Amino acid sequence: MTAHIIVEHLYVEAGPTEQPVTIVDDVSFSLQRGEVLALIGESGSGKTTIALTLLGYARPGCRIIGGSVMVGKDNMADKAESQLAGLRGRKVAYVAQSAAAAFNPSRRIMDQVVESALMHGLMTRKEAEAKAVTLFANLSLPSPETIGRRYPHEVSGGQLQRLMAAMALICDPELVIFDEPTTALDVTTQVDVLKAFKVAVKATNTTAVYVSHDLAVVAQMADRILVLQRGRVVENNPTDRILNDAEHPYTQQLLNAVQNNDTVQNKEHSDVVLDIGDIEAGYGKITKAGKPEIPILSGISLKVLRGQTVGIIGESGSGKSTFARVIAGLLPASAGYMVLNNQELPSAIADRGKRECQHIQMVFQNADTALNPSHKVADILGRPLTFFHGLKGEAQKERVAELLELVKLPVALADRKCGALSGGQKQRINLARALAAEPSVILCDEVTSALDTVVAAAILDLLEELQARLNIAIVFISHDISTVKSLCDEVLVLYKGKKVEHGSGSSFACAPYHPYTDLLVSSVPTLDPEWLDSRKRDLDALDISVQNTDDLCRFRDRCPVKLGDQCNTEAPPLRTLTSGKSVLCHRDQAMLVAQ
Amino acid sequence: MKVIFQLIIKRIGLSIITLFIVSAVVFFIANLLPGDAAQEMLGQSATPEAVAALREAYGLNDPPLTRYAKWLTGLVTGDAGMSLANSRPVSELISSRLSKSLLLAGLTTVIAVPFAMLLGIVAAMYSGRRVDKIMNIATLSMVAVPEFLLATIFVLIFAVELNWLPSLSYIPADAGVYEYFRAFALPVATLCIVLSAQMARMTRAAVLEQLSQPYVEMALLKGSPLSRAVLRHALPNAVGPIVNAVALSLSYLLGGVVIVEVIFNYPGVASLMVDAVTNRDMPLLQACAMLFCTGYLILVLIADLSAILANPKLRTGG
Amino acid sequence: MMAAIKSMPMSGKVGAVLAACWLFLALFGPWLAPHSANEIVAYDVFEPLGGDYILGTDYIGRDVFSRILDGTRFTIFIPLLAAALACSVGTLIALYSAVSHPRTDEIISRFMDALISIPSKIFSLVMIAAFGSSVPILLTITAISYMPGSFRIARSLAVNVANLDFVTVARTRGESRLYLAVKEILPNILHPMLADFGLRFVFVVLLLSSLSFLGLGVQPPEADLGSLVRENLSGLAEGAPAVIVPAIAIATITIAVNLVIDSLRGAATYAARGR
Repeated sequence: MTAHIIVEHLYVEAGPTEQPVTIVDDVSFSLQRGEVLALIGESGSGKTTIALTLLGYARPGCRIIGGSVMVGKDNMADKAESQLAGLRGRKVAYVAQSAAAAFNPSRRIMDQVVESALMHGLMTRKEAEAKAVTLFANLSLPSPETIGRRYPHEVSGGQLQRLMAAMALICDPELVIFDEPTTALDVTTQVDVLKAFKVAVKATNTTAVYVSHDLAVVAQMADRILVLQRGRVVENNPTDRILNDAEHPYTQQLLNAVQNNDTVQNKEHSDVVLDIGDIEAGYGKITKAGKPEIPILSGISLKVLRGQTVGIIGESGSGKSTFARVIAGLLPASAGYMVLNNQELPSAIADRGKRECQHIQMVFQNADTALNPSHKVADILGRPLTFFHGLKGEAQKERVAELLELVKLPVALADRKCGALSGGQKQRINLARALAAEPSVILCDEVTSALDTVVAAAILDLLEELQARLNIAIVFISHDISTVKSLCDEVLVLYKGKKVEHGSGSSFACAPYHPYTDLLVSSVPTLDPEWLDSRKRDLDALDISVQNTDDLCRFRDRCPVKLGDQCNTEAPPLRTLTSGKSVLCHRDQAMLVAQ
Repeated sequence: MKVIFQLIIKRIGLSIITLFIVSAVVFFIANLLPGDAAQEMLGQSATPEAVAALREAYGLNDPPLTRYAKWLTGLVTGDAGMSLANSRPVSELISSRLSKSLLLAGLTTVIAVPFAMLLGIVAAMYSGRRVDKIMNIATLSMVAVPEFLLATIFVLIFAVELNWLPSLSYIPADAGVYEYFRAFALPVATLCIVLSAQMARMTRAAVLEQLSQPYVEMALLKGSPLSRAVLRHALPNAVGPIVNAVALSLSYLLGGVVIVEVIFNYPGVASLMVDAVTNRDMPLLQACAMLFCTGYLILVLIADLSAILANPKLRTGG
Repeated sequence: MMAAIKSMPMSGKVGAVLAACWLFLALFGPWLAPHSANEIVAYDVFEPLGGDYILGTDYIGRDVFSRILDGTRFTIFIPLLAAALACSVGTLIALYSAVSHPRTDEIISRFMDALISIPSKIFSLVMIAAFGSSVPILLTITAISYMPGSFRIARSLAVNVANLDFVTVARTRGESRLYLAVKEILPNILHPMLADFGLRFVFVVLLLSSLSFLGLGVQPPEADLGSLVRENLSGLAEGAPAVIVPAIAIATITIAVNLVIDSLRGAATYAARGR
């Protein structure tokens, strides 16, 4: 049997024709009908570019300059645009990374889902809509009959991603391209979407190409994995082989970055650096009741000890970044207190003195926007030195060199503008700037989530090492529970602005957890290919009511182990478990263990 | 629905506030100046008594704020005061001319808007190709050309050399369609060219902005031809910015009309206003200025309201 | 600078060369002129091109070429100064607004929006009626009419930059608003504001020429290019170059600058996309 997809000696280049850059360099692979191939690599590895050539498409500025891309009998690389239009959507379909951006905001979902079927003249509108409804049901979407009447902004991100899969499958394509379809989703949402994709693809015996940077996700989906680095294939093997017996050192590096599971050693901590109590905060005007119009955080307390790492974990909408802004004084709390180094800390930055500002430093997620592109590295690091410590001239220059060395960057970088640096380098500069102030606390807001896996792992190592050396407290904010578990001495779980669980890092090593934490922990894909099939589904309602103000459990709509009426009527108590951690739940220790 | 209603009310309220600020700016610039309108009207030889009497008659002795309040209430009730130059009510002078200016502007709009949209959309669809590049340079040049150059060239070609059309825009009382066409051809053509160039550029930018969105790439990858992706996907989302572009350009029309009316000796409000400047006829000038500013604000308001209505997020109240 | 011009498309290079020529003429025009601008050199009025006088003579027999060389000063320098004023004042107010309390920002923006809604020609007419039209007043009027536009652009750029994390970092450091505005925000909006400056220049050239054309701009005995068109309008019927040439001269100035800005913008978006 000849392969369904055969790509041979594919070259793609980008940039102006006078001085092109080769971004896909002699890539060949083949794929049998019904197989799922994963393209994995970091940003710039050419994985999306390769996937798009299967549709005969190159993004503006890129050109296919050589090789063949056979899908069945059609060579997508040398077809005219008009011929390609007839094949796209019908024979080869595409599921894009961000469904929120890939759906036209001004048209109803159903119109967009059935569009390709109508365009290619495959069925009548009625047939197409009936088929769409079946697909919605197969993809476990809520209210399949009516969801199509909505506009894209009226459904959740995870639902939109599945609706896009329906859009791709409507014409029964031979090949579906999934381009990082779950990267923008929360981890608890990702599971459902992955499951829905897997079922849909297997049921129709569709060939699929799955693009991702996440090895654990790919392990669930793919029969074969193609590892890419800088536009070249470094390894192409069945999934089992890659996971258990990787040949190429780069693949091993990727695997190690995922399996980074060193446990926390319990360090000796003494004095409290930052003491935060009963914080309430939100946006909008303050109402008569003394609460903000849009309340985000309620009743958050936390003690940070010198040299300790405290992890704050939550998904989008949990209020974790708001919490960082409150500590930094950017968003003054409407109630509660903060004490820094035994002195009361004013809630608004305008009321804080220079010393108070110095002792709390913030490191942002996106190093691209966190560094002023028009400044040189030396200026970026030099400013806090002058501002806080009055260092100028030679002394400042020396200290900048020391700082660069501290974050393991060459001193020569000082004279460069930061636009020219790589993502990892920028994040190190970002960190060095915070260190330059010699703070007591560093707030790290998702510092690794914009980075490639291997680079992120290196940054985390650096963070640990620096903390051990400098004895700084770190508040580490993340959506990634496995990173937090392995890095933090203390962990706090936020859900919709409330603390649902709080305890030492080691107490998070195993159950019992709060039901939400349990969902989080169990939603993180592992390298075990069987993992996905063993997962149970999350509850998925079309309209999750937003109750952010009452004292009832805010997780109750999604909770798989809800206790009937009690959860709907009574506020949950804060229980202390034997492991020393506290959990906000009606279930007691025994029940939590049993879940 | 409630959300959108509130938004619209808020938007209209803002326009009224803006108009209020504008009226204050116009009034105080025109009145708090060293010159003395009464003296000017009567000439240097006037007796001080005559000047004082006139000042009294026109209320020029009141404190500025009182005068402003009087003027503003007058405007709202349709009484813009008396023209200093020819002692007729300002409202009468303007109303005899307003319809003519509106006709000129209306004709220009009807022709220029569809033409410009077509140019803009085509240029966006073929962006980076030869058609687009040529159109880019052409429209870029047209926006930079002073109206009087276009007008004089047109007159030179069509009136002087070919002798097809009159160089002045005069409409006899019993004019038929043909006379109307002859009278309007050159002024309308002049305004249309500058205006369409501007609108076409803005339309192109608005459509191009949408074309770079992932959902357009998605439409292409669903097998939709470029024309469909542009017309069915990009265009509906570009409506807001395009209407905005049209409104901004039409406001430009208000300025362009000044030159064109003067060149072709067209009896509209703009040429009336230029006369008011030469005569320093402040009541007339203020009223004309307010008329133009109100026209502009109404256009922008319409643009904003259509943008609100075109946005499904707001329409569905989400 | 030279590199920027080199990387431009053909149209941009043509524009740059033209603009440079005009700047040269504006600086040295009066010395290059064969005759004095106000000297009556011929008995024949409205002489055609290419006779004794390259660009013919005007309505009272003065040398058109010399008058254009003399008038270019006004058409270039008044707008240059006015645009510089409008842009710098607009940018400064925008920076202040962007780092101020939201309420201050709101008040300033509201007021500027009101000013923008007075079309520039209408505003100028009211100002001229009130204050007359000497060169300093024309400069002030044109600068004020285009300042709110500059403010609006600069503010939207500044607000975008002010929301970026590096400004937040500086803010958490406790930096003063002056530092935020000048050191963190300004360098990042300078480049687009230069393009805006070019655009304002074109607007002012057109406005000033129009005013002069209406007889309300530069007053005799001085004359800018717009005034030249006006004073020779009676020659239009015979197709005299004295009317058309100054008008074309204005167009070449504005088109040249527009071409340069357009190619700079093209280059900037190209660079921003990283291709």
